Amino acid sequence: MNPTSYEPASGYNFAYLDEQTKRMIRRAILKAIAIPGYQVPFASREMPMPYGWGTGGVQVTAAILGPQDVLKVIDQGSDDTTNAVSIRNFFRKTAGVAVTTRTADASIIQTRHRIPETQLSAGQVLVYQVPIPEPLRFLEPRETETRKLHALGEYGLMYVKLYEDIARNGHIATTYAYPVEVAGRYVMDPSPIPKFDNPRMHDMAALQLFGAGREKRIYAVPPHTSVRSLDFTDHPFTPQVFTEPCALCAARGVYLDEVILDDRGQRMFVCSDTDFCEERRASGHRGHLLGEAPAALSGQPAQQEAC
Amino acid sequence: MSGLHDQDEVPLLAVRGLAKYYGARRGCANVSFDLHQGEVLAIVGESGSGKSTLLNLIAAELEPDAGSVAYRLRSGETRDLFGMGEAERRLLFRTDWGFVRQDAAQGLRMGVSAGGNVGERLMMTGARCYGDIRATAGDWLERVEIDPRRIDDGPRQFSGGMRQRLQIARNLVTRPRLVLMDEPTSGLDVSVQARLLDLIRNLVAELGLAVIIVTHDLAVARLLSHRMMVMKGGAVIEEGLTDRVLDDPQHPYSQLLVSSVLAA
Repeated sequence: MNPTSYEPASGYNFAYLDEQTKRMIRRAILKAIAIPGYQVPFASREMPMPYGWGTGGVQVTAAILGPQDVLKVIDQGSDDTTNAVSIRNFFRKTAGVAVTTRTADASIIQTRHRIPETQLSAGQVLVYQVPIPEPLRFLEPRETETRKLHALGEYGLMYVKLYEDIARNGHIATTYAYPVEVAGRYVMDPSPIPKFDNPRMHDMAALQLFGAGREKRIYAVPPHTSVRSLDFTDHPFTPQVFTEPCALCAARGVYLDEVILDDRGQRMFVCSDTDFCEERRASGHRGHLLGEAPAALSGQPAQQEAC
Repeated sequence: MSGLHDQDEVPLLAVRGLAKYYGARRGCANVSFDLHQGEVLAIVGESGSGKSTLLNLIAAELEPDAGSVAYRLRSGETRDLFGMGEAERRLLFRTDWGFVRQDAAQGLRMGVSAGGNVGERLMMTGARCYGDIRATAGDWLERVEIDPRRIDDGPRQFSGGMRQRLQIARNLVTRPRLVLMDEPTSGLDVSVQARLLDLIRNLVAELGLAVIIVTHDLAVARLLSHRMMVMKGGAVIEEGLTDRVLDDPQHPYSQLLVSSVLAA
């Protein structure tokens, strides 16, 4: 899909939110950038979608979106899942901005559960949708106490969780929403991205913004900030490793989704980042199952969405 | 048991004129005492006499209306607890102090394994090697007579007595110098109580702990403490060496308290 502009729907303010709300959110974002990893409370608005569908990410995107921006929305790495398609359509309708599926073309990328495989560059903004921003939540239910723990930098509790993981499973079994320490200070929930993506948050050239709509929190990782995954010296952090390459584009060292092919145990592993996979196939990389894969997976051009 | 201390020594804990009012009602008032290293002080009295209020004031969980609590740090410097910053006080409490609560569910993390419970303080103070943390936790479980093979069981699978012992291990793992205990043996049956008291007494002697133990059970006070204070209506009405107070109570209320103990 090439970046194209659309005529916005009438009767709405640019990008749906009113300007006062956007100012309020921008102030929260600025504060979040000034204190990397710190959760800034903000007056989250009702959005025309249910909580859990990305209301936090949508509000952050709406607040930073300009008419010249090119927007990409992904859900689990994919551009054509329901959530991604509807949020992309939402901004196309209310802001009339150009949308794209190509990572390199986008100036703002709203994401749920993944960081694009293509390395992001300076000037790009990655907006995460966050369900539960508090990394200590399931260990300490009191909000007053978790705030205090953050304020005093007491993160022993986070290690208790990792300890329990190792005691029960022999290794740190947390595979997503793996806690990180930002800029040597705040411990942050990176949203439910696979821990595979954690190392890519470190020193990223793009700005990373996190919006939690239901929990009314915004936090940020400014460009080129240190992000360290918590671990024990004798159980160091290790991202997932995939033994086989992508079945469609033969990419290695990328995050793969498992696709069940039949009821006799046949399965294939394909890139979770659909745009990355398509681009590789377009430039001639061929995985071993490319010929047999269902049409939807094997590089047929994505259906143009109805507007 | 030796409760003797060097008279020249600065007390570990010096409480002066501590008072707390709940509105017009007196929680406790005008409480002063010194506690030296290795000394066990029992605070006895009936329900509502202000024992727990006093303990919570000392633990800085309540804000006092008057008075001060001075503590001698490991560095030798004596500081007022309420003059400290919160960060510093919390660090002190999780390294140099312990608090064993009456209800184990309050003193433990019920959803976390025994090993995690004991290891928490270590991780809170910067331990980052899983193997070391686990080995230390195992040692401490053994010291409080919990089978180290149960290191991965949660407190919910433990009996009441085991939970109390787990709480003790969890508190002692950083080798604190002062431990506050709020009715640690109440709600346990007598044989379990006896074992727990025995354990506490050994650990106190072995580690040279200073202990403030709140109890309504005079037998517990007799067995564990060097000195005791009797409280009534928020005030200390009698204090002295445990044996003296129990064998020769002076105040009419203390006499009543001592005479109301049932002999088996």
